[in-house]
Amino acid sequence: MDFLTLIQLLDSTVRLATPLLLACLAGLFSERAGIFDIGLEGKMLAAAFFSAAVAAVTGSVWLGLLAGIVASLLLSALHGIASITFRGNQLISGVAINFLASGLTVLIAQSWFQQGGRTPSLMGGGRFTPITLPFADAVADVPFVGPIYAELISGHSILVYMAFAAVPLTWFVLFRTRFGLRLRAVGENPAAVDTAGVSVVGLRYAAVAICGVLCGIAGAYLSTALQAGFVKDMSAGRGYIALAALIFAKWRPWYALYATLLFGLFGALETRPDVITALTGMRMQGQLLGALPYIMTVIILAGFVGRANPPRAGGEPYVKER
Amino acid sequence: MDVMPKWAEVILVPLISLILAAIISALVILAIGEDPIAAVKLMVSGALGSTYGWGYTLYYATNFMFTGLAVAVAFHARLFNIGGEGQAALGGLGVALACLYIPWPHWSLALLGAIVMAGIFGAIWAAIPAYLQAKRGSHIVITTIMFNFIAASLLNYILVNVLRPRGSMDPATARFPEGTHLPTLHDVLAPFGISFSKAAPANITLLVAVLACVLVWVLIWRTRLGYELRAYGHSESAAKYAGISPFKITMVTMIISGGLAGLMAINNVMGEAERLVLNAVEGAGFIGIAVALMGRSHPFGVFIAAILFGFLYQGGAELALWTTIPRELIVVIQALVILFTGALDNMVRMPLERMFLAARRARTPKPERKPVEPAE
Repeated sequence: MDFLTLIQLLDSTVRLATPLLLACLAGLFSERAGIFDIGLEGKMLAAAFFSAAVAAVTGSVWLGLLAGIVASLLLSALHGIASITFRGNQLISGVAINFLASGLTVLIAQSWFQQGGRTPSLMGGGRFTPITLPFADAVADVPFVGPIYAELISGHSILVYMAFAAVPLTWFVLFRTRFGLRLRAVGENPAAVDTAGVSVVGLRYAAVAICGVLCGIAGAYLSTALQAGFVKDMSAGRGYIALAALIFAKWRPWYALYATLLFGLFGALETRPDVITALTGMRMQGQLLGALPYIMTVIILAGFVGRANPPRAGGEPYVKER
Repeated sequence: MDVMPKWAEVILVPLISLILAAIISALVILAIGEDPIAAVKLMVSGALGSTYGWGYTLYYATNFMFTGLAVAVAFHARLFNIGGEGQAALGGLGVALACLYIPWPHWSLALLGAIVMAGIFGAIWAAIPAYLQAKRGSHIVITTIMFNFIAASLLNYILVNVLRPRGSMDPATARFPEGTHLPTLHDVLAPFGISFSKAAPANITLLVAVLACVLVWVLIWRTRLGYELRAYGHSESAAKYAGISPFKITMVTMIISGGLAGLMAINNVMGEAERLVLNAVEGAGFIGIAVALMGRSHPFGVFIAAILFGFLYQGGAELALWTTIPRELIVVIQALVILFTGALDNMVRMPLERMFLAARRARTPKPERKPVEPAE
């Protein structure tokens, strides 16, 4: 495998890891506050549709992004009402949200655009276009460093850079601010937070809202940057892979980056079977590679590769004692 | 503790949840510019207006009974088996192997063989997550979700590379031999002088599903194991104190649950398609969640809910055929049912409990202490 192929492979790794990373950080905020969220998938899907739909109608991708975030936030609010206010089962609520998004997006897409449950293809201002970083063209010819900068680091859409910037930001918010400390505490021991006079319900709603915003960006990235338009079920299990990455990352922001990059690499390799053959000298089944993130998650979950301890109060509704 | 009478708990709460789901579904239909009343009429005539419609309704209902029971059994031990989809897919593999490689002399023996294979394959696919939960502490919900994806990849691999007949482009097995053909409801009902549609896929598996409902009822409420299972579901620590092994209950419950989900394959793989195709389960594993929630995890409730979802499924297909409403409407309705009967259960329950409490207070004689007179 030559150097340029490697750069290409890593380049598509970054592209494919971006939605996973955003969704993974979304789940991180929610689960750190004690709210399990298997509805990441549905929120991404809803955001993908509304971003593409609004971008297609208005021609503005920024309005599309906003619409995607709003759609995702609405589903987050539903999850919050079900699991925080009415203390319902968080897993069941997540399942319901996934199906709701999967059905409603096709229904609305068909009603608005009559194109068999998809949006029109996005063109021009309706998409996030690659950004060329300064001097990318100038240094492209420099050996080794040139291609890395010009091909791998430069030339992504703004959302990719936002996603990567979100990692240190998440770390800072969670581990260096008062809000972050309280948010983590509410996922470990809500009663203690309550005793300290801080609202458990308020904190959890805040966490779920942040989760909604991040999922919204992830969904918008799918339909307006990675692809040009919405197609049925286009999130294609990415929400679940993000969950897997979250467990792999042991609910930590920097590990989340590495985990999603790894799963992004699997995705990139899946589209390049020739590279695998060249590397290993044998034919690798595409299906096996596709299943690899899931198999790895099972192995990690089983504690064979270090222990992953979820937030202690995760999944349990908080009932104030009287 | 029991604020509500039993009938309210068993009938009123699910009914109100269902009405809420129906109202929102109607609003969705209105919002996409169709007439909900016409839609319901079309669904009823399409799904229940002919023996052909009934044949499809009951065919789908059979699938949902198995997957619904699978989820319900696990719910009793407070385990959430979200992996019915993968377990049913593996069950399909078991059925395909049984039908393709064993020369069955008669369909009844083939049915028994297929039941055993489907059950074992489904059970194995559930037993691994169960073991990982019981011994290694990994969360069963996440593991079973992962196993759905792994099952999809595995079946894809097997159908494309192993079981696909030479020269065929289609990722599917060969047709099953004639000896494994199950009698359809047409064949079953003909001796009784009832003419049932020949074209509909409902078959003798429906009776197996009903039998499964009865057996699950016996298991849960009439056996020692069922008692242990429910005890474990109510309180893990109390069950442990009573000498019930959490490991054993988790394993046995999930094996039964996975086996039930696997049994679905007799209906869709052996009874209908008569070969194993890609994505044969078509989401029935997930509908099982809605069915179990609506049926309050009771086998009889599951039976009723499965028929309702069979009706919705067939009615939805008719809608997609004759109107501009896509099939995905069913997914929305399914989501709403899960939402209202599952996640928002307390939203329906809390006001009802308050009502019954108020009604009981009004009926019982007032305590001697007079209510405080309002000032002024």
